[in-house]
Amino acid sequence: MKINVTINEKAKELEIAPDDYLSEVLRREGLLGVKKGCDTESCGLCTVHVNDVAVLSCGTLAAKVDGKAITTIEGVREKAEKIRYELGKRGVDQCGFCAPGTIMSILYLEKVVKDPTEEEIIRYLKGNFCRCSGYVGQMEAVKSYLEGQKHEVCE
Amino acid sequence: MKYVNDSMKKIDSDALLKGKGVYTDDLAPRDALCIKVVRSPHAFAKITDIDDRLTRKVPGVEMVLTHKDLKRIPFTRAGQCYPELSPYDKFILDDYVRHVGDDVAIVVAENQKSAEMGAKRLKVTYEVLEPLLDYTKAEGHAILVHPEEDNFIPVDFVGYDRKKNLATDIGFEVGEIGEVLKDSEVVIRKTYESQAQAQAMMETQRAYSYEDEYGRLVVVSSTQIPFHVRRTLARALDMPMSKIRVIKPRIGGGFGSKQSIHAEFYPALITKLTGKPCKIVYSRKDVFTGTTSRHKMQFDITLGATKDGKILGIEMNALSDTGAYGEHANTTVGAAGKKVLTLYNKVKACSFKGKAVYTNNLPGGALRGFGVTQGTFALESAVNELAEALEMDPVTLREMNMINKGETTPIYNIITKGSGPEPIYMDSCELEACVQQGKEIFRWEDRKTRITKERDKLNKSRKARGVGMAIAQQGSGLPNIDMAGATVKLNDDGFFTLLVGATDIGTGSDTILSQIAAETLDVSVDKINIHASDTDVSPFDSGAYASSTTYTSGNAVIEACKKMNELIKEYGGKVLEEDTEDITFEKGIITGKSGNEISLESFSKKITYSMVHQQLTATGSFVPKKAAPPYMAGFAEVEVDLDTGKVNLLDFVGTVDCGTAINPILAQVQAEGGIVQGIGMALYEEVKVSPKGKLKSNTFMEYKIPTRKDVHNIHVKLIEGHDDTGPYGAKSIGEVVINTVPPAIMEAIYQAVDVRIRTLPATPEKVWRAMHTKN
Repeated sequence: MKINVTINEKAKELEIAPDDYLSEVLRREGLLGVKKGCDTESCGLCTVHVNDVAVLSCGTLAAKVDGKAITTIEGVREKAEKIRYELGKRGVDQCGFCAPGTIMSILYLEKVVKDPTEEEIIRYLKGNFCRCSGYVGQMEAVKSYLEGQKHEVCE
Repeated sequence: MKYVNDSMKKIDSDALLKGKGVYTDDLAPRDALCIKVVRSPHAFAKITDIDDRLTRKVPGVEMVLTHKDLKRIPFTRAGQCYPELSPYDKFILDDYVRHVGDDVAIVVAENQKSAEMGAKRLKVTYEVLEPLLDYTKAEGHAILVHPEEDNFIPVDFVGYDRKKNLATDIGFEVGEIGEVLKDSEVVIRKTYESQAQAQAMMETQRAYSYEDEYGRLVVVSSTQIPFHVRRTLARALDMPMSKIRVIKPRIGGGFGSKQSIHAEFYPALITKLTGKPCKIVYSRKDVFTGTTSRHKMQFDITLGATKDGKILGIEMNALSDTGAYGEHANTTVGAAGKKVLTLYNKVKACSFKGKAVYTNNLPGGALRGFGVTQGTFALESAVNELAEALEMDPVTLREMNMINKGETTPIYNIITKGSGPEPIYMDSCELEACVQQGKEIFRWEDRKTRITKERDKLNKSRKARGVGMAIAQQGSGLPNIDMAGATVKLNDDGFFTLLVGATDIGTGSDTILSQIAAETLDVSVDKINIHASDTDVSPFDSGAYASSTTYTSGNAVIEACKKMNELIKEYGGKVLEEDTEDITFEKGIITGKSGNEISLESFSKKITYSMVHQQLTATGSFVPKKAAPPYMAGFAEVEVDLDTGKVNLLDFVGTVDCGTAINPILAQVQAEGGIVQGIGMALYEEVKVSPKGKLKSNTFMEYKIPTRKDVHNIHVKLIEGHDDTGPYGAKSIGEVVINTVPPAIMEAIYQAVDVRIRTLPATPEKVWRAMHTKN
């Protein structure tokens, strides 16, 4: 079957199977930043935005995104520059396999929660696993990033 | 130091954070054949028939392979130096299946969906056998997990006895433990058990293979051990090693899971047979059922001490469940004694016995801490119990008995391969500083007082708090066993290529080794281009395990770079027409006695294009000669819910002696990550098996790993230290950091609610039941 989607602001017509999941379709399209770490929608590695909402692409049927706009890590290279800086300087990128999904969740958090508390940060990011970092430095990175964004807005 | 001891960003950071396609599956050819492994539903069975007619009818299915199609060659999947201390007890496919999830057949198709559909339609008939699941009864049991006769072990000193289900039976002792315990005023005798834990790295095992333009087999794999993969594939596939090339791209975490060879066999086999590219990507279920987890171990510990707190003797008897296969069985259980008993060097006697037995459970394997974590949990828990029996503060008891700087124990002579009778001193041991500073940062005394004061108030809100601590060590590579090589090459614009076989699995070792090279060559890090690892190109390196990379590979890099400095001076002399001994090379400038100088850029161009015409290349190798253990002290405060038994870790302070931290921020993240993995092990992570041997925890829905919600205050302090044998004074850090967590938390639980959890993990149910049995 055919679907019409916008991927990272480019309109595309894709030939998919009815049982294809969005994660597979995106990887097939060369968007290799979309990772997969489990079979059960538990780990958050495959997080992308569909119509500006963070979703798990491994549990979203590609057929269901017909007519929608998808953003992957490849589509936020500029937008995520400061997040990369905050994570990178704290060494909490580590193996990096969970990073794309985590960054997509951070961007979604930033969009929907103004001035989030630590509890809210945890609520929005707890579905993004990381086995390397122990989360400590990542939490600092997120806080520092959001704090920096606040000042940016004020200026 | 300019580049060492600097928290620079990982050199691959941008690529990883931009989501670039740098991991195995990102690089696999689009036309690669896909594989699904059919796995056994039974814990123990003999395959009597495989009917693949329906599978072959699935569109896209190209091949079905069973044990009948393969030459029978036993090997071990353990990634260890040769000869391995693990039995050759595995076949790519066998007519016996020995655990739920053991491989039965391989279905190959042009896409993943067809392979999976084909696998579902394979009809396998089994003669189901009674499984052996209780590891405490496995030795000498009538059920033989390995009835096959062609299984063997390439060494004769690990006590392997297939007919008794024994994968290993080892031990050592110092002094007369029986006598010492008899004469001790206080004796503690307890049994502890640590669970099977999953590595749960984010990137599952995966590999792809293709035939190159010379007809050689190229295997690209997410592995910690490319050189061991090459050697083991050569054996298993019955091919000359020279015909195989193994490449490691970026790796999405390892923690020991990729220190065994698992996924690589299947695509390599298919490419060998068909000449076509082929790939396999393990599902999370494949990982849980078809690979390994931390060896479950039981320890009987006996401690003897004087009334005033001098520990006189320690007896430690360990039993390890190696499951269906014996990979890493000997070395993990051995480490549980060898790198644990060394903590208490003032004893008059100690003894260790370690056995690993076969069962029809999932195979044990490598996981961060590698036996030391299990042993530390048991011994440190017992020491905490001794402190209670003596009515002593656990910190004071440690301070009285633990190993200090400059001290030794004869155990080091027993466990260090190739060591003579000369004492091996721990000159870089900063354990005392770890304990002292940890105690201060944690405010140990104040906290104890505060908790006692607030006890009644907290109890009213149905909560209780307690504190606990533990100490630990690990190794830094394996003395006289695991070696690393490094090659440095000067290029024609004054920059270097650094070739290493070391395997960065996310820890940042490519960055750290580049920092070490920059420091030694006295050029900035951006003048170093690191390449790792490719068995065709890289010098040998045993791999990313045994906490070896910074220490072992780092020393090899220094060796190579020192030789390069000498070469630069020698050829600098030729270019400047001065004697070699008059030449200096600093900050990228070659200077002669006369004051003549030339930059490295001009020099390299000159010797390449206009004079001398010489490629400068230097190789260094290193094998550790003695133990250079990192040390750690860990302090925990927990809050236990009195109604549910749920334990909440409020605070954890870890003080770590890793010698010089080459990159302090990366060292700190190793510690934080290790502590959190330890929290999971202490409180909830557990590979759970049904009474029939079926895995109950085969997804992240049932197997819980710590999330952001579970992590509260973790404070890591790197203690200043220096090991003269390490690269710029560095020791390891990757593994030691998990070891103190479970015993420190168990003690804190005891202090909070007065129950001893001696079997990990301390789940709410277990704590609640213990509290209620007691009352």
